[in-house]
Amino acid sequence: MANAITFSNREPHRAFRLSMLLNDSRYRSYTIQIFVLMCLMLGIAWLVDNTVRNLALLGKDFSFSFLWSTAGYDINQRLINYDTQMTHGRAALVGLLNTVVLAVLSCALATIIGVAAGVLRLSGNPIVARLMTVYVEVFRNIPLLLWILVFGAIMSEAVPAPNAFKGENATASMIFGAVAITNRGVFVPEPLFTRDLGTLNLGIIQPSLSVVAIVVVVILCWLVHRGLVRHAERVQSQTGVRPVTWWKTITVLSGPPLLLLWALGFHLGYPELRGFNFQGGLQLRNALIAMWLGLGIYTGAFIAENVRAGILAISKGQSEAAHALGLRRGKTMRLVILPQALRVIVPPLISQYLNITKNTSLGLAVGYMDLRSTLGGITINQTGRELEGMLLLMLIYLSLSLTISGSMNAYNARVGLKER
Amino acid sequence: MSDRNLTFVRSEMLPAREPPTNQFGIVKLLREKLFNNWLSALLTVASLIVLVWIAGSLSPWLFNSVWSANSLSECRQILGGAEGACLAVIRDRWTQLLFGFYPPAQYWRPVLAFVLMLVAMAPILFPPVPRRLLWFSAVFPGLAYWLIWGGTLWLPVSAYAGLAVGGVVLRLTTRLGSGVAVGLAFAGALAWGFLASGLVTTVIEQLLPLSLPAVTSREMGGFLLSIVIGVTGISLSLPLGIVLALGRRSTMPLVKTVSVVFIEFIRGVPLITLLFTASLLLNYFLPPGTNFDLILRVIIMVTLFATAYMAEVIRGGLAALPRGQYEAAEALGLDYWKAQRLVIMPQALKISIPGIVNSFIGLFKDTTLVVFIGLLDPIALSNSIRATTDWQGIYWELFIFIGGLFFIFCFSMSRYSMHLERRLKTDHR
Repeated sequence: MANAITFSNREPHRAFRLSMLLNDSRYRSYTIQIFVLMCLMLGIAWLVDNTVRNLALLGKDFSFSFLWSTAGYDINQRLINYDTQMTHGRAALVGLLNTVVLAVLSCALATIIGVAAGVLRLSGNPIVARLMTVYVEVFRNIPLLLWILVFGAIMSEAVPAPNAFKGENATASMIFGAVAITNRGVFVPEPLFTRDLGTLNLGIIQPSLSVVAIVVVVILCWLVHRGLVRHAERVQSQTGVRPVTWWKTITVLSGPPLLLLWALGFHLGYPELRGFNFQGGLQLRNALIAMWLGLGIYTGAFIAENVRAGILAISKGQSEAAHALGLRRGKTMRLVILPQALRVIVPPLISQYLNITKNTSLGLAVGYMDLRSTLGGITINQTGRELEGMLLLMLIYLSLSLTISGSMNAYNARVGLKER
Repeated sequence: MSDRNLTFVRSEMLPAREPPTNQFGIVKLLREKLFNNWLSALLTVASLIVLVWIAGSLSPWLFNSVWSANSLSECRQILGGAEGACLAVIRDRWTQLLFGFYPPAQYWRPVLAFVLMLVAMAPILFPPVPRRLLWFSAVFPGLAYWLIWGGTLWLPVSAYAGLAVGGVVLRLTTRLGSGVAVGLAFAGALAWGFLASGLVTTVIEQLLPLSLPAVTSREMGGFLLSIVIGVTGISLSLPLGIVLALGRRSTMPLVKTVSVVFIEFIRGVPLITLLFTASLLLNYFLPPGTNFDLILRVIIMVTLFATAYMAEVIRGGLAALPRGQYEAAEALGLDYWKAQRLVIMPQALKISIPGIVNSFIGLFKDTTLVVFIGLLDPIALSNSIRATTDWQGIYWELFIFIGGLFFIFCFSMSRYSMHLERRLKTDHR
């Protein structure tokens, strides 16, 4: 009787009927996809047709030639040469650089604040932990735009004017005689070179050759240091004895850069009060400071939560196991806890960096001249090229975002748990 | 030898002795928590300094506050040079911050809509509330639209009639297969909307006029606007996000590609560029001559934006679910939609509650960005209040009021999500 039931692993072959397109799961997915494709094509055709007809009605064409016409407006913060006679494209580039600078500065500030707050929130000290909880909750639950405006108002209303630094009985004073916080901006010392190497002409940008030289030397020193460490590891794995490297590392990392700085005649130019305002030094405008503090402290609250979650995600058994192996506290942290916690922390951290980059577009609120204010603001208003300008703006933001998230995916692939 | 003769055995307990003074109360706290090592001591002192500094600089300002004055200069006169908050601006302008330029005689309408919203949310958020109230939750969107925008009641009624038509068609054609039935129901609802709705509305309105004075979108502002955009965006983004997340995990390459491109595009650009698209570019993409309400455009854009984020949150929940759940649902013979509805989604949504609520909070905070396209949200109104001669130069009082209200909304959302997580927790580990 055991053979009464026979199994066939081949489905009975039936003739194809039209209703199978809907009822047979083998064919239904094709039906659905063709339907979706048709809807998509129709939708796109409809949008493109509307756009073409609207452009024709307005007597406009679709071209990016406005990027090469004279901009005619000033940008108050510029990292590369720019004046009002240059092109809209150049203005957009200045704005893009401002966006990137603000994003990088804010990411650094947010990381520092976030890591500190996240760790302190877990500390056994109840006062500190409560204080950090209050910080996180207050900043997370109030819109970023309001914080940016608050910091903007602090910078314009609550800090002294430059003339408060003046005279015998000045009501304000510079911090360490080097940094002046005024309602016209923050003045900090600027790096100067007595034997400057001039600038490197690359066409679009002209970077200072001295800065380029310093960056190159630092990178080279870092590579040499990496080589030293790798050599030490090789020796250790062969002989079991690790060669002493600390003095070599210090020499390699600090020697050549310091020598180069000395050769270039590096010194700091301090801001000085002359007339009604500070002269010399580097002026960081209030818009930059307000955006930087707003973005940094606001996003820091989110990063604090990510850090806390990351540390809590590592089970206690891990540190106990490390102690059982005889690792000391520092090594336990460095070799066991941190690598695992970082795997949890870094992906949301990078997505916070992504948020910072996108949120720099709020610079408009305090008059920060970022990409949104130059290309997406004044340029569009002057040339009337909303369609092209917004498209370009979105594409640039999209490529920034995709670059950042691409780096995140690469990191995830490198540190992710390798499972079966 | 019996125990009775042993005189040294006690027959009653000794009273408990006090622990050593350094093992309880404030001393223990100080020794073990606040000053247990030099770093902790440093942090304690630093935080105490920060707390004292904040309290010291804020409390005179707050306690000296002036509540009745008509302008900032009058406020300063009353204070006579002392530090003090001029909260009179809130008393003078709070209606504007809440309602914008909504006609004051009609304030009862948004207030009633808000109260009804709480009633409508109750059966969804709190299970002890009777399930029967859910029908009110379904009716509420139309009612709220009628209350806030005014006009004839028969317009939302007709929209619901369209839904009813769709439902009837769905019921009648369900034998033809679920895909066809949904398509036909959709077509039926659209047909009602385009062909019959306008006529029916006008006719009934003439027979039985039931209308409120219309209020244009330009008159709305303040927290009314934030809540309208936020609540609509929140309630639409969750279902759309679920669909999009399923699309991204679909095995059909075309559906998957479309979902991925949509999600990555929306998540890759700032919300503000999408809002500018809504205000500047939508006229290019629609047939020449169409023009519709700016608030509606903003709601559409905010919803699309939130949907992409929601889809990613829900995708995370779907990915976290063990494969066995999918296989078990298939083994039970459930089809795709039944498996999703009965097995997968309840678990996946439960996993993603924190993410979903974070995304809601983010959406609600992002409603402030509409200030950039000229809508009168609370921040825009604070700017316009500051621009009047009476209140020129007033900052902190307005910021505190606006920030405080946002904090109340967002904080209660995050507390509710924690409560929900606890309530739905079924594992007993």
